[in-house]
Amino acid sequence: MRALRRFLTRLGNFVMRRRDDERLLRETEEHLALQTDENIRAGLPPREARRQAKLKFGGVATIGEDYRAERNLQFIDAFVQDIRYGARMLRRSPGFAAIAILTLALGIGANTALFSVVNGVLLNPLPYPQSSQLAAIYGKTPGVYRGPITYLNFLDWQRDTRTFSSMAMYRNQDYNFIGKGEAERLSGYMISAGFFSTLGVQPVLGRTFRADDDRVGAAPVVILSGGFWERRFGSSPDIVGKSITLNGVSCTVVGVIPSSFTFYGQLRDVYTPIGQWNDPSFRDRRIDMSAHAIGRLEPGITLAQAQADMDGVARNLAASYPEADKDVGITLSSMKEDMVGKVQPLLLVLLAAVGFLLLIACTNVANLLLARSMGRSREFAVRAALGASQMRVIRQLLTESILLAGCGGALGLLLAFWGTKAVLGALPAALPRAGEVSLDSRVLLFTLGVSLLAGILFGLAPALKTSRVNLQEILKESGRGSSGARHRLQGVFVAAEVAMALVLLIGAGLMVRSLAALWRVDPGFNPSHAITFDLSLPAAAQTGSAETRARLRLFDEKMRDIPGVEAVSVTLGSRPMIHDSSLPFWIEGQPQPATIQDMHQAMFYLVEAGFQKAMGIALERGRFITSQDNENAPVAIDIDDVFARAYFPRENPVGKHIHLALFNVDAEIVGVVGHVKQWGLDADPKSAIEAQFDYPFMQLPEKLMPLVADAVAVVLRTKGDPTAVMGPVRRAVEEIDPREVIYAVQTMDEVVANSFAARRLSMVLLGIFAMLALALSCVGIYGVISYLVGRRTHEIGLRMALGAQRSDVMRLVLGHGAKMALIGVAIGLAGALGLTRLMAGELFGVTAHDPLTFLAVAVVLICVALAACYIPARRAMRVDPMVALRYE
Amino acid sequence: MKQKTDVQQGTLALMVLKTLDVLGPLHGYGIARRIEQISGDLLAVNQGTLYPVLLKLEQEGSIASEWGASENNRRARFYRLTRDGRKRLEAETRGWEQTAAIIGRFFEVKPEDLR
Repeated sequence: MRALRRFLTRLGNFVMRRRDDERLLRETEEHLALQTDENIRAGLPPREARRQAKLKFGGVATIGEDYRAERNLQFIDAFVQDIRYGARMLRRSPGFAAIAILTLALGIGANTALFSVVNGVLLNPLPYPQSSQLAAIYGKTPGVYRGPITYLNFLDWQRDTRTFSSMAMYRNQDYNFIGKGEAERLSGYMISAGFFSTLGVQPVLGRTFRADDDRVGAAPVVILSGGFWERRFGSSPDIVGKSITLNGVSCTVVGVIPSSFTFYGQLRDVYTPIGQWNDPSFRDRRIDMSAHAIGRLEPGITLAQAQADMDGVARNLAASYPEADKDVGITLSSMKEDMVGKVQPLLLVLLAAVGFLLLIACTNVANLLLARSMGRSREFAVRAALGASQMRVIRQLLTESILLAGCGGALGLLLAFWGTKAVLGALPAALPRAGEVSLDSRVLLFTLGVSLLAGILFGLAPALKTSRVNLQEILKESGRGSSGARHRLQGVFVAAEVAMALVLLIGAGLMVRSLAALWRVDPGFNPSHAITFDLSLPAAAQTGSAETRARLRLFDEKMRDIPGVEAVSVTLGSRPMIHDSSLPFWIEGQPQPATIQDMHQAMFYLVEAGFQKAMGIALERGRFITSQDNENAPVAIDIDDVFARAYFPRENPVGKHIHLALFNVDAEIVGVVGHVKQWGLDADPKSAIEAQFDYPFMQLPEKLMPLVADAVAVVLRTKGDPTAVMGPVRRAVEEIDPREVIYAVQTMDEVVANSFAARRLSMVLLGIFAMLALALSCVGIYGVISYLVGRRTHEIGLRMALGAQRSDVMRLVLGHGAKMALIGVAIGLAGALGLTRLMAGELFGVTAHDPLTFLAVAVVLICVALAACYIPARRAMRVDPMVALRYE
Repeated sequence: MKQKTDVQQGTLALMVLKTLDVLGPLHGYGIARRIEQISGDLLAVNQGTLYPVLLKLEQEGSIASEWGASENNRRARFYRLTRDGRKRLEAETRGWEQTAAIIGRFFEVKPEDLR
């Protein structure tokens, strides 16, 4: 207790810089005065009295030192002294300090930036209370591991589960909203009543949905997002109880959700109860309507236990409803894993890459320090001679290197701050949870730790080398240390740097090759000069299909009138790389399967006549759908070549019929078109439904027309820049009906690029890191070689005086550099062989051991290394023997 | 060398506490004089070593100090025992007496007693 108090007081004194000695001086003075008086009273003459008093008091200097030692914490004092000394040393060689600090700032900055991303995306819990209990719940059907769920199944799952404390369903639903201003398309979710309570989110105003809101026939209600409430209602507190009109229906606002609330990274405007949706397809156990579910596990229940429970639930349902649920299983996944699982390997590869970068930076600085320490060996020999222990010298040197690392870390933090923003800003689509990335306390702690570690890492080897000196040798010698061991260490450092740079370069090279391979993949359509967007239509419950068709035809007509528009098609169902939708079918002439589960599935595209041209799809056989394939004509479809090969392997499919179970329609195949890469350029074709067919929009069955009445998608092909026509397009839509709204505009080029945005991000980052590594190791090689050349000027002069040719000198120096580089390349190749395997999952169209990449990178690296040696070698070649021998 | 001062410092600290306990608030010279009077030559030289000990005791909270006027009317720093210091003195006195008693008994032992 007392010791603690003493320590705290001393620490306080240190922090408050209470270091003046006035108190001791005064007390000493007073003490001496009193003693002198006493001595005078005893009969001594004043001068002698004073002298005796001083003698009795003792050595003022020693006492002062004891006093100061007691007052402050000595080791901190020594540390401060070391830092001051170190700072002075660095100020005296600003060039060295600048290079070292910049190098470290790059290494630490890159690590901090990437760690802040890993921290925000992978490490931090999701922004909900007890988020580790949250799980994503998927339907599992043959070939689809994580699929949507039908509503009736969801209700049964919710009822039968014994491991989830709650479950909730949600489905994308956009709304037309006409407020005071112009018409607006709102994004929203239809949710089941437990949605917000499952997530643990409380409304800022009003309430969330109750079970009695969440059923057919209940009064229409809506929950607003905080952002929408702010934007359209100025955060008015009396919004609860008011009504807003969505898709022509007046809904009462019952609550407002915090504006910070996001779900799978999405900010939505409105939430409505899913149970009020009375669409017959939605209430058909066999038909998936793209609804998904989440759940919260009971406390203490693991995902595996829940999975076992839900497997049982699925088995029971399969027995009860064999027609719909025979092959329907349930896939559970923790919600976080569901959100970020895909980018985890990528981020870890990048984290490893920046780790290498930091190691290279450390090696570089260690090399610089080592070179510098040779110049300082006399200084340390003198210190040792004056009684400094080896520990003390190491501490001094480590303090200096930690000082460097600290400066580098501070600068690196700045770099990371800008770098993270720049990268995330440039590629926002690439990362889930990107909005949650920030420099929080954990990141700062990481930076501090990394800086300290780096300081020790690059400082220790030179410090050990420097402190272990042979005093006499150095003091005797006139400053020219003969330290072959140090040159060897430098060589080892350079080789290590080259090896690590090689690994990084090969990693980046493989990513570049993957991306190049991806760009070469034919998407099956022509993305350039094509643009797609969504169009909301002012529909109400009573809007008839004739009205919808007329509206769409008018839209087509207006679009075709716009100069620069070559083709237009309204579309729905699937859209390549944007939306997936499939339908079960069977082939006429073959026996009708007993259940939907036994039928084949194919992706379907609702299209118009202009679709083939607008998308740039090849027609291989027969004809494409025309405007004559309308509501009055028999249904005609085009199938893709995958469909044709899979189901009509040895015959001409044109003229054949298939039966679409859920449409309850017989369709005649009128043509075969090229296959479209529905699942992205890099998708694995084995796991997904690949057969496709195009279905005429206007021949959509009557019962499904209400589903498309409020919004459709559009594709346009243009002569020139597709974004340039959007102005006239918007004006034309405005003219047709100001309540129609265009949103979600994307050029097809963007769609294709976004389909591998994460891969692109990692290529860009790996490329940057590899280039930095290359630059750093070049600087390292250059530094070491020119340093060695400088040290050997005398020797080179001697050699030349003895008849060596300039080319011999060149060979000598280059040979030295080449040896280090080659050893490094050999180690690096071996390392890369082992390490690139870890990123095999991120590669496309190239193996992890791609010989071309390995060879090319190795050759480039050797050339660059030799180039870095060339400059000092040329300097060595120009050595004048006379000058060199007189040098010193 | 260090160990020697440690022993001295410990003893000195106890002496300081006892002095302040008996005589009340006192400046450094007064404490030194008193200890010198009682202990003979322990503090005959190097009276100044008292001051680091005083500082230590103060930083540990056993004594407190403030400026005041000395007998010749100059500013001097006066030290007084705190409540903490009194408790410490009691504890250390007990401990010291115990130690002294044990050591004393050992010294009283004569060779024949152990046979």
